[in-house]
Amino acid sequence: MKNKLSSLFALVCLTTTALAGPQTFDFKDPKGVNNAIFKLDAPLEAINGSASGISGTVAFDAANPSATKGKIAVATSSLHVGNPMMKEHLHSDQWMNVAKFPEITFEAKELKNAKTSGDVTTADAVGTLTIKGVSKEVTVPVKLTYLKDKLGQRVPNQKGDLLVIRASFSIKRSDFGINPGAPQEKVSDPIELTLSIAGAWPKS
Amino acid sequence: MKTTLRFIAIIVVAAAISAWLVGGANRGWTKTSVPVMKKDPVTEIEYQEFAERFSPGVDFLGAALLGAGVLAGVSFLFRKKPTTT
Repeated sequence: MKNKLSSLFALVCLTTTALAGPQTFDFKDPKGVNNAIFKLDAPLEAINGSASGISGTVAFDAANPSATKGKIAVATSSLHVGNPMMKEHLHSDQWMNVAKFPEITFEAKELKNAKTSGDVTTADAVGTLTIKGVSKEVTVPVKLTYLKDKLGQRVPNQKGDLLVIRASFSIKRSDFGINPGAPQEKVSDPIELTLSIAGAWPKS
Repeated sequence: MKTTLRFIAIIVVAAAISAWLVGGANRGWTKTSVPVMKKDPVTEIEYQEFAERFSPGVDFLGAALLGAGVLAGVSFLFRKKPTTT
């Protein structure tokens, strides 16, 4: 009788997990850890900066990571570089036009070539990247780390899971109309981007 | 006046070089905040935090040297008072 009950409990647990479906992770991070780092080559010194205004949601199913979908936004006003004059230029009309285009967005439509090993999934995220109102279809290599029941370690008295997304890729500023007049020997056309973000799924 | 201007020029050069060296001899542009790398212990995400710190760069050094050069140049406009014998 005891064995039968244990088997039934195990079956219920497995069924619940299988039917759990996707979890929606919220990437608005109160700790301010989520960030995007950008780098452009320039003759004297590479222009290096970061953005911390990350928001958005991603629907992730641990049982079926390839079905992951979602949208991540970066507030352009949070773009920061160490030199104040350079930051002013970066926020200006010619560069990011922060006043007119307050967000950079990436909307993932599907994950291709998904490979899962333990809690880590690597894949190519296919989606639409929108910068300065210009939308382009891009494929971004991503690494997703599912941290089950780890939310409590970041947010006290809160149970839930975490999803960490890392991505490194390159875009061309000429493709998105980012100061097309700036000569490429002064500021490189490719922009290297590194995204490291964690989303939370609180258990209600 | 001539000597005073040249003395100020030397002081400006010395102060600018000292400030540049003390600020870490930054061979890039001047910064008012510098990135400090940190790591979140739970997610292991590495992130930059910008600490408010003045880091003079080569533009700062160049501007100071140019200023000192102008002062030294102006000093040559002052002629020596003719001495009567």
